[in-house]
Amino acid sequence: MIQIRQKFVQRSDPLIVLAPILAILLALVLGGILLLLLGRDPILAYRAMWDGAIGNPFENTTSLANTFTRAIPLMLVATGICVAFRGGVINIGSEGQLFVGALAVVALSAQVGDSLPALVYVPLSLVVGFAGGAIWGAIPGFLRARFSVNEILCTIMMNQIAIQLLNIMLSGPLRDPSANVTQSAMLPEGVWLGRMLPPTRLHTGIFVALIATVVTWLLLWRTPIGYRIRAVGQNREASRYAGISVPVYIILALTLSGGLAGLGGAVELTGVSRRMVSGFAAGYGFSGIVVAIFGRLHPLGAIPSALLFSAMVTGAERMQRTVQVHYETIIAIQGIVVLFAVSSSMWVQRRAAKRLAIDVSMSRSDENPGSGAGDVRPAEA
Amino acid sequence: MDERTLLDVLVAASALTMASAMPFLYSALGEVFSQLSGVFNLGVEGIMLMGAFVSIYFASDMGLDAGLLVGVLAGIVTGALLGLVMAFVSVTMHADQGISGIGITLVGRGLSTTLFILLADGVLLVESFQPIRIPLLSDLPVLGEILFNQNIMVYGALLLVPLTAWLLRRTTWGLQIRAVGQNPAAADAMGVDVVRVRYSAVILGGAMAGLAGASMPLALTNVFQVNMTAGLGFIAVAMVYFGGWSPWRVMVGSLLFSAAYNLQIWVQVLDVKLFGETIPVNILLMMPYVLAIIVLVFARDMQRFRPQAMNRPFRRGD
Repeated sequence: MIQIRQKFVQRSDPLIVLAPILAILLALVLGGILLLLLGRDPILAYRAMWDGAIGNPFENTTSLANTFTRAIPLMLVATGICVAFRGGVINIGSEGQLFVGALAVVALSAQVGDSLPALVYVPLSLVVGFAGGAIWGAIPGFLRARFSVNEILCTIMMNQIAIQLLNIMLSGPLRDPSANVTQSAMLPEGVWLGRMLPPTRLHTGIFVALIATVVTWLLLWRTPIGYRIRAVGQNREASRYAGISVPVYIILALTLSGGLAGLGGAVELTGVSRRMVSGFAAGYGFSGIVVAIFGRLHPLGAIPSALLFSAMVTGAERMQRTVQVHYETIIAIQGIVVLFAVSSSMWVQRRAAKRLAIDVSMSRSDENPGSGAGDVRPAEA
Repeated sequence: MDERTLLDVLVAASALTMASAMPFLYSALGEVFSQLSGVFNLGVEGIMLMGAFVSIYFASDMGLDAGLLVGVLAGIVTGALLGLVMAFVSVTMHADQGISGIGITLVGRGLSTTLFILLADGVLLVESFQPIRIPLLSDLPVLGEILFNQNIMVYGALLLVPLTAWLLRRTTWGLQIRAVGQNPAAADAMGVDVVRVRYSAVILGGAMAGLAGASMPLALTNVFQVNMTAGLGFIAVAMVYFGGWSPWRVMVGSLLFSAAYNLQIWVQVLDVKLFGETIPVNILLMMPYVLAIIVLVFARDMQRFRPQAMNRPFRRGD
């Protein structure tokens, strides 16, 4: 009853929709002021960004295709982060999970060669990529559940370990012997994901990403397993009293979360670069966090959110070429968006709770923690 | 290698380990203030990067050429400002602290890189702080070279350990910090201004993270590089857990992690081999992070010292 009412109140509050959009606009304005202070023309910079991200789709679809291509791993990573958040754990380790997922696919193809038909090979590579990321997510999950190791710190450390693991593999066992730079050999063609709009690199991995987000949504909101993950995320004590094995679902949430990031690594590898290079997919992990928060920690919200942030990053590369502003500026802007988003979500929620309190004149126990973005925080870190 | 030179090399490696514990010390001690007051500031990494860039930009003759001390000061001010942002977001706006910290880290990372390329064309060098020999003490065998022939920022970091312990245990303000971190409602009822105390602790923590950042180019490496902290700020946060929120144990942790960061040097000096082969560099580079995880597992006993209200925004009447 209260749940339904709260939902109603939240939906009827225009701020829910407006707050994130305002956050982006404010961040862009701040970025523009910064550019102005540095003696660059912000209008020119943002126009370059627009051209790089979207351009004129009726004449040339290249920019738009680039944006969509980049959105694929972001969508998967962000969906994974949603699962962890809903389970009450924060996964900052997507970057490492993505690397290990991709690395697992490279290792698979090094073992199998091109002896498999694409119909088997591609799904197998997706499973292997998922498994690789899942293992990398399960480790901090286990440490969290068994030894109450802070999962934020643990996943950050796992990122650094994965980066070094990648370097070890690229300079040793998986290195392409014929190349001068550290990279793996080209993957066999059987494992490649098809390209849909050559010469752009938009690949069929986009369907993998879309299906994964929908499946994750169904899993979380339409199955008992998903219900338990969310229950543990909302209130560990209550879940324990209800007979849910809290440690199991904490591990499961981080495992699924890592698996989705690993899947992102697999499709990025087999769809875009088709070989492991150093600096592969760098930055997707942290951007994925921003995407997930901006998508209000909902798998379906990750789809538009991933497209938006992918557009920003893709556009930033063009901006770097035209106005010589380093594209990492966009990282700062993403950071500002995060700060605005987490601040405003709390504010909107309190507002909603206040309205609810007036509405049904219930006691303050209705301030249901964990009903909005950025607040699915476990009580204990 | 004969005995005499081996000793010299060991002393040199120890002195270097001592010096590179400095950024850990500054940032982790700052984080102790912040966490004890109830704010888990994960933005240390980004604050350090900004502190590092701003300080060297002020100090270097390729930047503003204002001298080393002005550079250090600029780093501190930058850190304090970012601490203020963190305090506003987490204390006033009640935002999730872990995520806010990631936001601050992204801002610091992106902004320092952008400014570095735009303002300095991607090159910044500085004549860094020189070692100061402490008379008499530096003549001690072995210890003299390790402890008493360092630059002023290393001495500063070491002196901060007892100072922090004293501030937290013996001053009203220190007690207030610990009170608002343990039980903000009770502190509030006793008339302590929870919001003000938390702001002051987080801003001080930010200033110290800025100082930690400044110490890297000005007292350790004498250059700025994109993303030069490379996760060091996160390790500093982990170290606070390891140290059980005690400045002295945090110092032990700093030395331990500094040794882990300089493992390459130690392995070379001590000629350590794995199955008769030289250990690959990347495995050595991995070790500080593996160590951090192991330490987090074994430091769970320390959880009993954990500020009970960490990560919980305070709202009167809750």
